[in-house]
Amino acid sequence: MSRARENRWLTITGIVAVIFLLGAPQVLELFTIINLTTALALALLALSLGLIWGFGGILCFGQTTFFGVGAYAYVVAAINFGGTSWAVVVAILAAAAFAAVLGYFVFYGRVSDVYLAVITLTVTLIFYNLMRRTSGPEYKIGDALLGGFNGINAPPLNVPGYADWFLFPEDVFYVAMATLIVAYFGCVWLTRTHFGRVAVAIRENELRAELIGYDIRLNKLGLFTIGGGLAGAAGVLFANGVGRVTPDVFNLYNAALTIIWVIVGGRGTLIGPILGALALFYLTSGLGQQSTINNNLILGVILVVFVLLVPRGIVPSVIELWDARTGRRREFSRRGRRRPRSRKRSGASTEVHHEG
Amino acid sequence: MDLYAALALQIVYGVANLVLISLGLAIIFGMMRVINLAHGEFLMLGGYTVVISTNAGVNIWIAMLILAPLVVGIIGLVVERLMIRFLYGRMVDTLLATWGLSLVLIGLITTIFGAQTATTISPPIGAVRIGGFTSSGYEIFLIAVTALLSIAVYAVLRYTKLGLLARGTMQGAEIASALGVSTGRIYAVTFGLGAAVSGLAGGLLAPVTGVLPTIGATYIAKAFITVISGGAAILSGTLSASALLGSVNSVLSYVTGPTIGEVGLLVVAIVLLRLMPQGITSKFFRKSL
Repeated sequence: MSRARENRWLTITGIVAVIFLLGAPQVLELFTIINLTTALALALLALSLGLIWGFGGILCFGQTTFFGVGAYAYVVAAINFGGTSWAVVVAILAAAAFAAVLGYFVFYGRVSDVYLAVITLTVTLIFYNLMRRTSGPEYKIGDALLGGFNGINAPPLNVPGYADWFLFPEDVFYVAMATLIVAYFGCVWLTRTHFGRVAVAIRENELRAELIGYDIRLNKLGLFTIGGGLAGAAGVLFANGVGRVTPDVFNLYNAALTIIWVIVGGRGTLIGPILGALALFYLTSGLGQQSTINNNLILGVILVVFVLLVPRGIVPSVIELWDARTGRRREFSRRGRRRPRSRKRSGASTEVHHEG
Repeated sequence: MDLYAALALQIVYGVANLVLISLGLAIIFGMMRVINLAHGEFLMLGGYTVVISTNAGVNIWIAMLILAPLVVGIIGLVVERLMIRFLYGRMVDTLLATWGLSLVLIGLITTIFGAQTATTISPPIGAVRIGGFTSSGYEIFLIAVTALLSIAVYAVLRYTKLGLLARGTMQGAEIASALGVSTGRIYAVTFGLGAAVSGLAGGLLAPVTGVLPTIGATYIAKAFITVISGGAAILSGTLSASALLGSVNSVLSYVTGPTIGEVGLLVVAIVLLRLMPQGITSKFFRKSL
């Protein structure tokens, strides 16, 4: 897509988002708004993974780690500080710092991306196991009891500087929606900077980028850290939307969901993961009403179908269809799809050759 | 003295347990480069096979040692034909697709049997005494089976024609194909064998762990971290990584409790990968199988 067309679409997206931001609380019921806040938090989580996976080629299977760290850090800090302003900052910094430490280990150890996926998955499962065991009264950080399996209640956001001036659920929706809009356009901006273009170069060919002279480890670490911080912010919003943080934020199901949102929405775009998250959030909550078919089954089928048949995801496929309709056919991408085995697609791994 | 004997047995059991969990994955992931995130569910299916067939009156030994690998092996073959064969050479996509498969299997089993089918079967061997301590006879049996299984996998890969063809195919599918090997069939059989080994492990572990649709999640991280820590040489890699991680796990579990033991295992593995990104066998046992 040319830059001019892309900018036009970005303008339209921005206008629609702002109209939604201002209009939704006037039209929708309170319950829907509270639900929507959670959905927006998850969309922000999807965006964070879409950024590092779609643009940096870093397949992080445990993006929920940073999400959960952010959520827990927010709640613990808010309880201890007696206000949420600094708690938000602490949460985002904690998630970003944890991403930086973990990223240092994997990128500077030159752990290749598939292994990175498994390691991050492992880390999130470690957290899951650890947090589940924290039910006793001895597990407390400051005044905050961790609560083990049951989790902890999340204090609602307050107006910065006024610890007693709590936000109402509609206001939290405004915060969530505004955060998502800012984060989205921030990510768009980021991918257009020099840093972002180097990230794409690394995604496309790590060795070539390194030979040109870029420090791929530092670049990946930077992107990973930013992604971690965004996921942490999503965790803060999620804690506010649900009102409670439990170890389940770290479980396998949520880690899987995050991946599925990005796959379904489309790798290599930023709006795709957001739409994927929102669509699947409503699909799964709709499916939650029935009990004949297990949710896992449906999600699994969706994932398999997308990987095998629509590997590029909905948004890129729709753009392609649209282009074909309007005559702006992009040959290279069609050819790429016809020979799936021969070359790696975006976000695909570096092959690991070894002597068995 | 007896205490040390019992502790040593615990460590050996911890190691054997890891080998058992990871061996099927080592064949599928280590050899075929298919990141099988449904590995835990293959183990789960092995467990369910044993529970269902013993409830139907089948002898537990037949259920564990024959039915479980057979059933899961066949499921593996079907999965390979329907899904995996389109994805060779695309590691990330195998990872995503098998994750989808894992969700499908969890969902399917939950839909059929319900989420809380914590059906347990009691281990068929009772306790044995070591001096003043009693130990589980079944654990000793599992150690023996694991040793036999490792030897069997080694023998098949090293000395049979199938093993030779499989290793050749995995190293250079096109050359093997040019030499007249039906590589598609070799891939299918190897995947089926890996699945069968996983099914056997799941069946053997069912009396120890119980069976739940979501039990796979408890195996998957350990199995992957073991195989990755092991590195390229599948058997010696799995064995050496299991020896290291299993010992850490058993000792820490003995001192502090099972959660810290598990966390210790994973932390040691991550530090190990920082030092040896290609796994233990990139530095040691390089030429081994």
